Amino acid sequence: MNQQIRLTINGTEHELEIPARRLLVDCLRYDLGLTGTKEGCSVGVCGACTVLIDGEMAASCITLAVAVDGAQITTIEGIAQDGRLHPVQQAFIDHGGFQCGICTPGQVIAAKALLDENPSPTEDEIKAWMMGNLCRCTGYYGILNSVAAAAASQGEGTR
Amino acid sequence: MNDFEFHSPSTLEEAFELLERYGDDARVMAGGTGVVLQMKQRLSQPGHVIGLRKVAGLSYIKPVAGNGAVEVGALVTHRTLENDPTVNQALPMVTATYRRVATPRIRSMATVGGGLVHGDPNEDPPPTLIALGATVVLTSASGRRDLPVEDLFIDFYETDVQPGEILTSITIPPQPAGSGWAYLKFLPRTADDYATVSVAAVVTPGEGGICGDVKIVLGAVGMTPVHATQAEDLLRGMALTQENIAACASAVKDVVDPLDDFRGSAGYKRDMAEVFTRRAIQQAIQQALENGQTV
Repeated sequence: MNQQIRLTINGTEHELEIPARRLLVDCLRYDLGLTGTKEGCSVGVCGACTVLIDGEMAASCITLAVAVDGAQITTIEGIAQDGRLHPVQQAFIDHGGFQCGICTPGQVIAAKALLDENPSPTEDEIKAWMMGNLCRCTGYYGILNSVAAAAASQGEGTR
Repeated sequence: MNDFEFHSPSTLEEAFELLERYGDDARVMAGGTGVVLQMKQRLSQPGHVIGLRKVAGLSYIKPVAGNGAVEVGALVTHRTLENDPTVNQALPMVTATYRRVATPRIRSMATVGGGLVHGDPNEDPPPTLIALGATVVLTSASGRRDLPVEDLFIDFYETDVQPGEILTSITIPPQPAGSGWAYLKFLPRTADDYATVSVAAVVTPGEGGICGDVKIVLGAVGMTPVHATQAEDLLRGMALTQENIAACASAVKDVVDPLDDFRGSAGYKRDMAEVFTRRAIQQAIQQALENGQTV
């Protein structure tokens, strides 16, 4: 059954008429063309589909779009500002934080969520937070270094 | 996923009306981590889903006046609970247990109440909540019912929540004075996995090296969380010697009933239940002694 919802995605409000069973990841990718968010495991484990819902990390593959009617959603497309990459994005480029790239949007959003909450995490805190984002290329040290570098660069106010 | 109609009540009263109207064809959803997965797998095919996200007044954490307990609204997320200073101060065992659930992303979505009514015997919080004697409030259009968490779980993914009822809060009593605790989670695969075996233990040493009280509750080794009361009886009132601890831990093998799965054979899990129970009791005693609160 189609239902009307309103989502604010990366600051832009969208009115949508979608089936109740529409998952948020599909709504983003197919209804709105925001294909930066990827679907990996489809069961909330791998982290590829990570987005922020009202600032909190969420797995968009197990989120019904109708269930977050009225929410503010942040996706990978929404974190660069005025043509400048987000410090986490820049750090992933500078420090080899990705290989094939399929997990990268989820990794970057997860890392941003961490730094929003804890601007200078320890290595153990980064590992504990990022454990929910899998990289099948196994480039975990590059990811760890990138998140640490992003934290350091934000600390210097180089944003 | 089969199609359905989604309802988004803004009060509990509206939610009760929807439950009354749609009966068996409705499912209540909080964070959705359990319900959406079951619907994707077609294990659950409701015609109506009642989302509680917009219901006000169920996202609070407050101390209960006078007795040191903490009351938690059903829609509080795992991460909100684990980061709450009141909970961490009064109930460090609860904080530590919720931090062991899945990943930070899932903990940001999953709610305390939703996790309990999911009725999954592999979950982390139930053993700890049962060991501490927590209770839940089940509210319906006709009133409320208080139930120990221990009595909530009836069978595999089956709870005592009756038609028309919604779990609205949980109350967790303070950890016993002078007690030590442990929540051990055996994870041979990955850090975010369900436990192969989990054990919550609370030990209160008494005078002269005697066990004043002990609680042992296991997860992932049966159709529901397993409260090993027979094993507790072997230690309560006895000297806290390695021999008595070993006898108590050995007794849990008689009450667990694990399934064979990719986390281990039933026999292996039964053996590990003994090992991790012994370690949990030892760790709890050690902690009680280090806190220097033994009588």
